[in-house]
Amino acid sequence: MTQQGVDAQSGSKKDKAKGKDSRRQGRLQALLVPILAIVTALIIGGVIVAVSDLEVMQLFYHIEKQIVTTVKDPATQISLADAKEKHPDEVVPGDIIVIRDARYTVVEEVADPETEMSLDEARKMFPELRIGLVIVQGFFDDPKVPLSAAWEAVKLAYAALFEGSIGNPKKISTALSVYFDSGDASLLPSAFLPFSESLVLATPYILTGLAVALGFQCGLFNIGAEGQFFIGGLTSVFVGYSLQGLPAFIHLPLSLLAGVLGGGLWGAIPGYLKAKTGAHEVINTIMTNYIAFRLSEWLLNGPMQREGYRPVSPEIQPSAYLPQLFPSPIRFHAGFFLALAVAVFVYWLLFKTTIGFEIRTVGANPHAARYAGINITKNYVLAMALSGGLAGLAGANDILGLIHYMPNAFYSGYGFDAIALALLGKSHPAGVVLAAILFGTLRNGATRMQSVAQIPIDIISILQALIIIFMAAPEIIRWLYRFRAEREETETVFTRGWGA
Amino acid sequence: MTAIAMTKQVKAVTTSTRRGYILGILYVLVGLAILVLFARGTGADLQTTFGMNPGRRTQAIRIPDAVVPSRNTLYLLSALSFVMGIWQLSRSQRPATWMLGPVSLFFVLAFLTWAARGGSLNMVGMLESTLLRATPIALAALSGVMCERSGVVNIAIEGMMLTAACTATIVGSLTHNLWFALFSALIAGGLLGGLLAIFAIRFKVDQIISGTAINILSTGATSFISARFLAVYQDLNSPGKFTGVPIPILSKIPVVGPIFFENNVILYMLLVLLIVMHIMLFYTRWGLRTRAVGEHPRAADTLGINVFKIRYVNVILGGMVAGLSGAWLILGSVGRFDELMTAGKGCIGRAAMIFGKWTPLGAFSSSLLFGFADSLQAKLQILKVPIPSEFLLMAPYLVTMVVLAGVVGRAAAPAADGQPYEKQ
Repeated sequence: MTQQGVDAQSGSKKDKAKGKDSRRQGRLQALLVPILAIVTALIIGGVIVAVSDLEVMQLFYHIEKQIVTTVKDPATQISLADAKEKHPDEVVPGDIIVIRDARYTVVEEVADPETEMSLDEARKMFPELRIGLVIVQGFFDDPKVPLSAAWEAVKLAYAALFEGSIGNPKKISTALSVYFDSGDASLLPSAFLPFSESLVLATPYILTGLAVALGFQCGLFNIGAEGQFFIGGLTSVFVGYSLQGLPAFIHLPLSLLAGVLGGGLWGAIPGYLKAKTGAHEVINTIMTNYIAFRLSEWLLNGPMQREGYRPVSPEIQPSAYLPQLFPSPIRFHAGFFLALAVAVFVYWLLFKTTIGFEIRTVGANPHAARYAGINITKNYVLAMALSGGLAGLAGANDILGLIHYMPNAFYSGYGFDAIALALLGKSHPAGVVLAAILFGTLRNGATRMQSVAQIPIDIISILQALIIIFMAAPEIIRWLYRFRAEREETETVFTRGWGA
Repeated sequence: MTAIAMTKQVKAVTTSTRRGYILGILYVLVGLAILVLFARGTGADLQTTFGMNPGRRTQAIRIPDAVVPSRNTLYLLSALSFVMGIWQLSRSQRPATWMLGPVSLFFVLAFLTWAARGGSLNMVGMLESTLLRATPIALAALSGVMCERSGVVNIAIEGMMLTAACTATIVGSLTHNLWFALFSALIAGGLLGGLLAIFAIRFKVDQIISGTAINILSTGATSFISARFLAVYQDLNSPGKFTGVPIPILSKIPVVGPIFFENNVILYMLLVLLIVMHIMLFYTRWGLRTRAVGEHPRAADTLGINVFKIRYVNVILGGMVAGLSGAWLILGSVGRFDELMTAGKGCIGRAAMIFGKWTPLGAFSSSLLFGFADSLQAKLQILKVPIPSEFLLMAPYLVTMVVLAGVVGRAAAPAADGQPYEKQ
């Protein structure tokens, strides 16, 4: 039962009605804050896109306008009458004189005669303003020019982000109408490719996000999802290529299970050490991460190396492939639905079973849990093993669904992004799934944004960080948008520092 | 009541006895390992040469290299470990954790003697690179000590280092002045420290979350700047670096001189900071207040200490120390900025801090351990030791895990570490 539920029941009848009302508002606000957080992050991201574009920035203090008889493009051209109104009726330093396609900037003292012309000379040639001269204006002469340039840059970037992650709306609607009119499905794959790719990217995010969220529920901060992801990939690829001649309905589950077990065991080690010796899981998971990277490096250069190749593992058997659901080039595979099913399972486990209750109790207050007779050791180990298992499954998912072998540079960053995901989803499976789809979408779109608008893909990390900050400190959002918290929000326990 | 107290005491005694036995057996095993792994396969006529002079131009007085017979040295080291193990087993009620230091030293020495049997190994050069590799880790660890002693978990060290490094690169390239660059790195670190402090103290955000957010933000922002500007305008990525400034007289001492006293300014800053922090933390009023705030903020508040002010000051100073670490990467070592160039050094620094039990000197020593493992691995690749280098790279992490589990045990974090303080 949720906290709001308890509040509503314990009060009198009047309180009950009020409780219901505030519950609805609470729910509304629970949605409002994440949405505003994302919107605000996107706005700040837009500002960064504009500010980091030097060409746009130059327009804020340096707008060049050519004097022409008929103005076709008001951003770069100006009529003689307007120019005389806004500019002294003579050439001033900074203006540009164009003679047979050669540009000369008017300056007081000429340093470079190839590109500059002295003021005296310029005034001799042009005693007054006339057609063909280029005058230079500042921001306040025509603020529309720099602002619209900035807007165009942001629009270009975000349009690319949208097209790269969701798809081109026109393309999608034509493809759909062609399909419904004539039954011709040939346009559909390319129209839906971006969106399907977003879901493909979201799949490991869902699983690793769930891994970190499950740790949080037990008060454990699992930074080791990255290493568990590696180990899960290694064990599943090993089962995937070494077992031969098995039917797919045995081989595939076996390979997935291998990933879960590998990651789970890897995660259970820090859990056990935490429970038995008090060694902090943050340090130990960092250590197991590095050990996992080195271990896989050694395995891929030694025992698991594909013959005659650089450090990569052998290809897995086709019987271990996660089935592709659509023809190539769409890489969308059954892993997405597997991840959704796992999310439902984690929800059920955490909130509907005794095991989950114990895990959450230990997370909320280990001392009280011990007093109530809950075995702390067992729960720490179990939670870390489950968490590691989920991260391992994410690794197995990428191997069995996409790559089909283990590359040396398997480094993905999923394990670290997963921390952000779990926070954004407030450690709740449903929240994690939504956050993962958002992240997958952003990551996928960013690739296109990089190629179309030359915005480095790292802008996505900035957006992610901003979203986390706004989610973690909703006061900032409330202050920005001037609304108050209706009531004390129930706090989500994430971690409990180093101690306890 | 007394019964409970007695059972508790009995329990404490049994665990310490057990730990004593475990340690004793561990020492004996180390002795055995030296015998079986190293001494057995070493020929009687082989000699190991340890170079005692740095392989570069130096002001230090030259001393002869140490030449020892390989196998007899191994026998001696093995015997010493045995003796320590037996001694520990015979007095098992009181586990002597300090012996872990000498015993691991014996093991490492044995390993080096074996690895360089019939050849030579430049000891001074290796210790020198140990210190250089340990410097960013040690500074990160000191930053952690600074923040966490006042009760604020600083997981954002990595991000502060990256931001400071990026800032130092740009400012250094623009102004062509290394001191401005160093100063800007400190400012950048301090600003991020301030941001962390505002989140932790003003907004009472979970500190691990805000730290993670700052890390992601810094990673994203610096990579963005690097890809968008530094990669395009190469002039922006050439800040230069500090050259070594030998300290007169001290640099003439053999072995110690070339390692400690022929370095650049930032390394001297680390050594000074280390001593200053130790004294400040344990022998001044500021240190007492800091520790009080980290252990029991309510009690400190009752006594009239301004908890918030102490925390703000400490976290901002901690951020500046992390900034110094970032500045080292640029101005002290590499001389140019690369994306994600910290490569987990902040993380390792935090591990070193915990390993060193939240004390400046402990943090520094454990940073040296990581630095040593790092430089050892580089050296051994040259010596062609028949162990895959991946396992050697793993070793420091494994050792950390073992030591954390066995020796440090329940790590003594400041009691209020990570908990926001709410005034009543």
